[in-house]
Amino acid sequence: MSSETKQILTTDGIPLEVSLKKAEKKNKIKAFLLVAPLLFFLFITYVFPIGEMFTRSVDDRMVTNMLPKTFKTMESWDGKELPPEEVFTAFYSDFKVLVENETQGKLGQRLNKEKNGFNTITKKLMRLIKRNKIDESQSIKEQIMKIHKRWANVEYWQAIKRTAPPYTMAKYLKGMDMYFAADGSIAQVDEDRRIHRILWLRTLEIALFVTIFCFLMGYPIAHLLATLPMKYSNLLMICVLLPFWTSLLVRTASWMILLQQQGVVNDFFVLIGLVADDNRPTMMYNKVGTYVAMTQILLPFMVLPLYSVMKTISPSLMRAGKSLGGTPFVAFWKVYFPLTIPGIGAGCLLVFILAIGYYITPALVGGASGTLISNQIAYHMKATLDWSFASAMGLMLLSGVLVIYWIYNKLVGVDNIKLG
Amino acid sequence: MALPSYTETRYRIWHYFYIAICTFVFFFLIAPLFVIFPLSFNAEEFLVFSEGMKKLDPDAFSFRWYHEMVYGTKNPWGLAAKNSFIIAIFATIGSIILGTLAALGLSSRHMPYKGLIMAVLISPMIVPLIISGVAIFFFMAKVGLAATHTGIVLAHIILGTPFVVITVTATLSGFDHSVTRAASSLGSNPINTFMKITLPLILPGVISGGLFAFVTSFDEVVVVLFLAGLENTTIPVQMWTGLREQLSPTILAVATCLIILSTLILVTAELLRRRSERLRGINR
Repeated sequence: MSSETKQILTTDGIPLEVSLKKAEKKNKIKAFLLVAPLLFFLFITYVFPIGEMFTRSVDDRMVTNMLPKTFKTMESWDGKELPPEEVFTAFYSDFKVLVENETQGKLGQRLNKEKNGFNTITKKLMRLIKRNKIDESQSIKEQIMKIHKRWANVEYWQAIKRTAPPYTMAKYLKGMDMYFAADGSIAQVDEDRRIHRILWLRTLEIALFVTIFCFLMGYPIAHLLATLPMKYSNLLMICVLLPFWTSLLVRTASWMILLQQQGVVNDFFVLIGLVADDNRPTMMYNKVGTYVAMTQILLPFMVLPLYSVMKTISPSLMRAGKSLGGTPFVAFWKVYFPLTIPGIGAGCLLVFILAIGYYITPALVGGASGTLISNQIAYHMKATLDWSFASAMGLMLLSGVLVIYWIYNKLVGVDNIKLG
Repeated sequence: MALPSYTETRYRIWHYFYIAICTFVFFFLIAPLFVIFPLSFNAEEFLVFSEGMKKLDPDAFSFRWYHEMVYGTKNPWGLAAKNSFIIAIFATIGSIILGTLAALGLSSRHMPYKGLIMAVLISPMIVPLIISGVAIFFFMAKVGLAATHTGIVLAHIILGTPFVVITVTATLSGFDHSVTRAASSLGSNPINTFMKITLPLILPGVISGGLFAFVTSFDEVVVVLFLAGLENTTIPVQMWTGLREQLSPTILAVATCLIILSTLILVTAELLRRRSERLRGINR
């Protein structure tokens, strides 16, 4: 049968099917080549560096590289009693190299984080080595143990052994106020030192409430904008778009002026007799300031998606609902509201994602109680220079955002993001 | 929104309540911007309305802080403004070129893995700025571009391209591809077709994407705080330091100028949006 169906040929004598496939492939490559420059640029400058944050956050090669011989001899040590002579000897020779390069201080600090008290005893050992007080022909183990009683304590040697793997999840645990205990199990930080959990919860709480406030305020005005005649709605739209286009710092500055003790809002409260002049409430450098300023700043991101959805809903639907016997409230709840759900999803998730990573506004108007997880990341990047911890917390935040983004994509679709 | 005469009282009350809420929200949105305006003409050094200003005494107002902003000694605003404009202009050009090309590719129906690539391209918009800042800082430090204009421009191109990709893709969604085919069949080469046919038609989208990229760069502070040295300070960085340390009314003078700038941008963006909607309407 197939031999009878004649192949259709193009003018050059090539079968049409082949020629078509060739053309399709050419078009595919053409389309891809247009995207390639940006894709390549983003991969190099953005996607890979985010991946690098991960290697940085789990990287623990410093001690591994500093004490190579020690860890080699430790492999055969069971870690229950004091290590044998050869571990001491290996540690001594590793440490001597560090003293010669003057990098033993870093080791002391790193081990001190693992177990308190290391800094003192490494310093003591360093001084003795510098003064050539250690007799290499005698038993090194005996001499080191004599320097300080901690050197004869097995817990300190266990701590060294724990730093052997080149990778560690310790930074992630620290971000959740947990740590590896002496026996390698995961333990909780004391209750009064659990700062990070407070920050995570606070970030979540503020993002959630700002989203709710934005929704409660954004829904009515989006509805009004969508139902008013064009010439009025265009004018009112400016009230939404002007803040949207105005610098974030300008808007934060204006809230700082409004909310301060002698500020306009407090003046107004005194004027209408809500508060006494000598008893003005503090509205800045606390959560109130953060909520108010962030809600105003993020409100346009709620209104715009809601508006673009509401604009497509025909007003005759509400009229139909009412004519079928529904009260205006029933018609709204049963007809209008369900149709706006895509807009609500888009607006809420957009505001939530933006709020959860907020940094500038909370830092300026939030004071100590307005500090969010982003502020903590910036603090570790710029002040403590603990970049691996900053990376770990950044990635924890990012994974949260990606989960939300994934939900957003499932519910609304990324392509539906509208601007202005 | 006049109510029909047959409306029941409770719905009437509800309606006025609704109008009241909306008025409050619009006021909440726009009023904070206007507080800056009069205060920037304050003759005194504090960021509060003085007694004289409340009585509209002309002596309480002055151009003192505008003068300070432009001619002040050891004043960082000149350098900051210069840097901000240079960085924003180059970042916008870069974003427009890369973003428009990518949008053209993405709008082709032959493009493989469209969803995945789109997700990667707009990821800088979704990832919290602080994380982008950390990642970009690591990269720039490694290649030796930290604390250079080039580094900041590249960083802002990363943050600006998603906007161009989104707006141009949206414009292209209503684009009639038969016009480019017509051009080709009349003997035009692809570059000529793009410059003479495609570009003029998608220009509103390109420009409004460019405006977004410009504003993003001009207003960006988180990434710049990581990347900038003393030489690369920008207006937002100066405002950030100013608001944290010495709260001087000069900041309000600068803020007023920025509000005027954003009004201009808003007007341009709105005009472009309407033009683009009109064009898309014709194409349909």
